[in-house]
Amino acid sequence: MISLENISWKAPGAGFSLRDVTLTIPDNTYAVLMGATGCGKTSLLEILCGLRQPDSGKIVLDDRDVTHLEPRGRRIGYVPQDLALFPGRRVRDQISFALQMRGQKDDHLITQLTIDLGITHLLDRLPDLLSGGEKQRVALARALAAQPRVLLLDEPLSALDETTRDEAMELLRSLQSKHALTVLHVTHSRSEAHALGQLHLRLEQGQIVHL
Amino acid sequence: MRRLHPFWLSLALITTAYLLFWLLLLGATATYSTPQACWETLMKPEIRYATGLSLLTCTVAAGFALIIAVPIGYLMARCQFRGKALLDAALDIPIVLPPMVIGICLLIFFQTPLGQVIEGVVSFTYTIAGVVLAQFVVAAAFAIRTMRGTFDHLSARPEEVALTLGATRFQSLWHVALPAAKRGMLAAFCIAWARSLGEFGPILVFAGATRMRTEVLPTTVWLELSVGNLDSAVSVSLAMIAIAVAVLVAVRATGEKV
Repeated sequence: MISLENISWKAPGAGFSLRDVTLTIPDNTYAVLMGATGCGKTSLLEILCGLRQPDSGKIVLDDRDVTHLEPRGRRIGYVPQDLALFPGRRVRDQISFALQMRGQKDDHLITQLTIDLGITHLLDRLPDLLSGGEKQRVALARALAAQPRVLLLDEPLSALDETTRDEAMELLRSLQSKHALTVLHVTHSRSEAHALGQLHLRLEQGQIVHL
Repeated sequence: MRRLHPFWLSLALITTAYLLFWLLLLGATATYSTPQACWETLMKPEIRYATGLSLLTCTVAAGFALIIAVPIGYLMARCQFRGKALLDAALDIPIVLPPMVIGICLLIFFQTPLGQVIEGVVSFTYTIAGVVLAQFVVAAAFAIRTMRGTFDHLSARPEEVALTLGATRFQSLWHVALPAAKRGMLAAFCIAWARSLGEFGPILVFAGATRMRTEVLPTTVWLELSVGNLDSAVSVSLAMIAIAVAVLVAVRATGEKV
């Protein structure tokens, strides 16, 4: 379960801020978060995964206060909007990165993820040689290889065409179910939110509104 | 045929004139002496020594400059803190200081109690280590600038994602940022190396110009000129031009592959 308690944060020099954001997302729930451009959705995700420190408030994951924990201690997978694949690293190395950081090796997990995401044939490719849809699948596999409890997705389907987007939505639904993930998915698309969301949220004037 | 716009034509003319000016300079220097005379000069024991010492000290100085430039460049590109603008300006001091002044600063520092303690461990004044230090002081500033520019142009996002995947800050730098910055690191090394090769003022003041001891190629040019031996000075200058061009070509050739 993700629980945000009175999270406040002011963007340095920017005109937006998060004010007393309070939110609970139950386990194994697919939550979608909408809101106007520049309202702080990405910042909220970054606060959740520990890349930004809130000015005040508390973040609780599975009854554990993680507010001051480093990102690596939170077990939260994050797929940013630009996907942020590691330059110059082959797909195989991208996916096994989390295991490498822990000093582990799990070929079975990597193989299973690449099969599930349909990217087995891409393992030796560099990011520059991947299409938008392929990059998105690699970024998802990389995040899932860390075996997170929570997955944060920042507009992951925005760069995809309509057919690829439908396939990707189906994939996200099945991955959430298979890995028993709690997902927070930021999107601008109503159809995406409607198709995937079990919990619908909106960020308005720095506060969360349940829809 | 498409007519070139007068605006671009005027810019092309300025570029051509500038290149021509340099070609004339290099051409005049290259034709001043005969290849035979050049070869004989470069084969003199003291000049072979100066060449070898230049190649060695430039490589060591550029290596140290890169080791310093990577963490400082990364800090300046990724971290926001109070006094950053001041630190940024301070890092450029070696670039704007007159070279002789840097030499004097080094010389004076090693006369202080702290400098004397350091001298007790490694002797710098009027030694080869002093040549490396004098080259390093200036070359590092250029390497830092290059590395900062490199990290500024790389998105920080992959490094942040690495943190969520279990990496520490150091692992994120080592496994994600540095591989992405390979070309910038090569460029920083080469710029530091080339800058070190041309360093003269601080070396003369701090390490001296002792033949077969602290003599590097720019010192040779000065020594030969000071005794009126223009032929030798020109030959050594041509060797330096050849080395500089070789470095430039090597960077351009490997830059695409790195």
